[in-house]
Amino acid sequence: MDAAAIISILDATLRLSTPLLLACLAGLYSERAGVFDIGLEGKMLAAAFGAGAVAAVTGSAWLGLLAGIGVSVATALLQGAAAISLKGNQLIAGVAINMLAAGLCTFLGQQWFHQGGRTPALGPNGRFSTIDLPFAHELSGIPILGPIYAELISGHYILVYVAFIMVPVTAYVLYRTRFGLRLRAVGENPKAVDTAGISVNKLRYQAVIITGLLCGLAGAYFSIAQGSGFGNNMTAGKGFIALAALIFAKWKPLPAMFTCLLFGFLDAAQIRLQGARVFDIEVPVQAIQALPYVLTVVLLAGFIGKAVGPKAGGVPYTKER
Amino acid sequence: MSALKPLPRWADVALLPLLNLSLAILVSGLVVLMIGQNPFMAIWAVITGAFGSGYNIGYTLYYATNFVFTGLAVALAAHGGLFNIGGNGQAYVAGLGVILVALALQDTHWLIVAPAALVAAAVFGGAWAFIPGYLQAKRGSHVVITTIMFNFIASALMIYMLNRVLKPAGVSGPESAMIAESGRMPKLGSFFAPFNYTPVNISIFIAMLALVGAYILIWHTKFGYALRVMGQNPTAARYAGISNSRMIIITMTLSGALAGLVAFNEVLGVQNRLVLDFVADAGFVGIAVALMGRNHPFGIGLAALLFGALYQGGNELQYVISGLDRTVVVIIQALVILFTGAMEGLFRPGLQRSFMLFSPEQKAEAVAVSTVKTEN
Repeated sequence: MDAAAIISILDATLRLSTPLLLACLAGLYSERAGVFDIGLEGKMLAAAFGAGAVAAVTGSAWLGLLAGIGVSVATALLQGAAAISLKGNQLIAGVAINMLAAGLCTFLGQQWFHQGGRTPALGPNGRFSTIDLPFAHELSGIPILGPIYAELISGHYILVYVAFIMVPVTAYVLYRTRFGLRLRAVGENPKAVDTAGISVNKLRYQAVIITGLLCGLAGAYFSIAQGSGFGNNMTAGKGFIALAALIFAKWKPLPAMFTCLLFGFLDAAQIRLQGARVFDIEVPVQAIQALPYVLTVVLLAGFIGKAVGPKAGGVPYTKER
Repeated sequence: MSALKPLPRWADVALLPLLNLSLAILVSGLVVLMIGQNPFMAIWAVITGAFGSGYNIGYTLYYATNFVFTGLAVALAAHGGLFNIGGNGQAYVAGLGVILVALALQDTHWLIVAPAALVAAAVFGGAWAFIPGYLQAKRGSHVVITTIMFNFIASALMIYMLNRVLKPAGVSGPESAMIAESGRMPKLGSFFAPFNYTPVNISIFIAMLALVGAYILIWHTKFGYALRVMGQNPTAARYAGISNSRMIIITMTLSGALAGLVAFNEVLGVQNRLVLDFVADAGFVGIAVALMGRNHPFGIGLAALLFGALYQGGNELQYVISGLDRTVVVIIQALVILFTGAMEGLFRPGLQRSFMLFSPEQKAEAVAVSTVKTEN
């Protein structure tokens, strides 16, 4: 494997990690606040559809992005209403959201665009184009660093950069702001937060809205950046890989980035590893596809470290009277 | 708020689910209306599509068979306080057991193949749920996350098995060889003419037995008692000398075995071969069925029939009203899960309040309570 091949596989890793990272950080806010979210997949799918549909109709990627975020936040609020205000089962709420998104996106897509659930292919303005960072072309001549800057770091969609910027931002918000402290507290011991005179439900709603926002970015990435238009079941289980990554990263932002990069790398590598041999035995592609899930199961079982989630996760908060 | 009385039993098991179902259908009806179709015509099309003729009923019962199995799987786990979201994966892997046994015994007689395949379905499905159960019991990993992961691992495993191991020479698609004629289980159509050309088969009797068996297991055995104690209060169960970890493992295995029976119906009863994604999300429908049926076998039987009818009726919908198809049913199903499972708080308090007003004795109590309050 030469340098160009390595750069191209790392380049693909960045592209494939982006939606994982956005969804993973999205889940991080919600789960750190004590709301389990297995509905990341559904919110992403809904956002992908909303973004694809609006971008197709208006021809503007930015309006599409806005619509994607709007749809995703609305879905998150529905889930939040069930899980926070009505004190319903958070897991079941997530299952319902996933199913609702899958059904509605296909149904509305078919009704509105008559292309078997797809949204029309987008024109050049309807989707985001890649951004060349300054001097990328000029610097590409420098050995090693030049190609890395020009090929690997430059030339991605804006959402890729947003995703990676969100990592330090999330870390800062979580560990260095009052909101972050309260957010973490509400996931560990909501009663303490309540006693301090802060509304548990309001904080959880804020967290859920941020989750919706980030899922919106992740979903839009599928339909109006990476792809050009929405396709049936476009997110293809990526929401669950993001959930796996979140657990794998033990609900922390920086490890979340590395885990998403790892899972993205596995995704990028499986195409190249097709037919690869280890000790003369052919490695099945499916084994690599299943690896993120297997790793998560192994980690959860405590065989490599231990993943313990926020203590109050999954329990709706009931104020004592 | 704490003064609210629990609902009378009939309201809890019948009225509340029906209200939630009505709301789900109402919202779906609004979606249908929004795209400019008549929701009443759609409902009529679903009903006739599900029950209009022997042919339609046959299909409805075939779908209902699957949903009984997955509904029971979810319900059994739920009684123990566990959420088995992995029915899809368990049923999928169970297909492997069914096809291996069926292909090995196919030259004998279906009366030999069927019981062996039934056991294989239960064993493979059970094994796929045993691991998450074991990990929850002994290693403390959350069974929900593990079963989700196992759904995806099952999918990867089965794609590999179908493409590399089970695919006979000369077949291009990812599917196994057909089971020989002698090993195929007869369909009900061969005994009962109105069901001709429908996939409903002997599995439906297994489903009925499973319903009765689950009822006895949960409410009339020592195991069932321990199961319910654990589900209500794991700490109390420990004090009562019940081994929670053992219970979790057994419950998950049984739950997976039940989900695995979907493969018996699909692979041996209908397809006669193993195909990609034959489970078709029956595991998730099971969640809706268990919620609708209030985790009781009788309710699950009815709810499975309801969802069987929705699936079959939804299939027919596209031939009656252009533009509508089974995705409408997926929306209804999602809304049922949302309203009955996650938004119970929507109707229950209001219903409790209105019941308190209508029952004289409780009204007197309510008045007494409020008088005490004002006196203080």
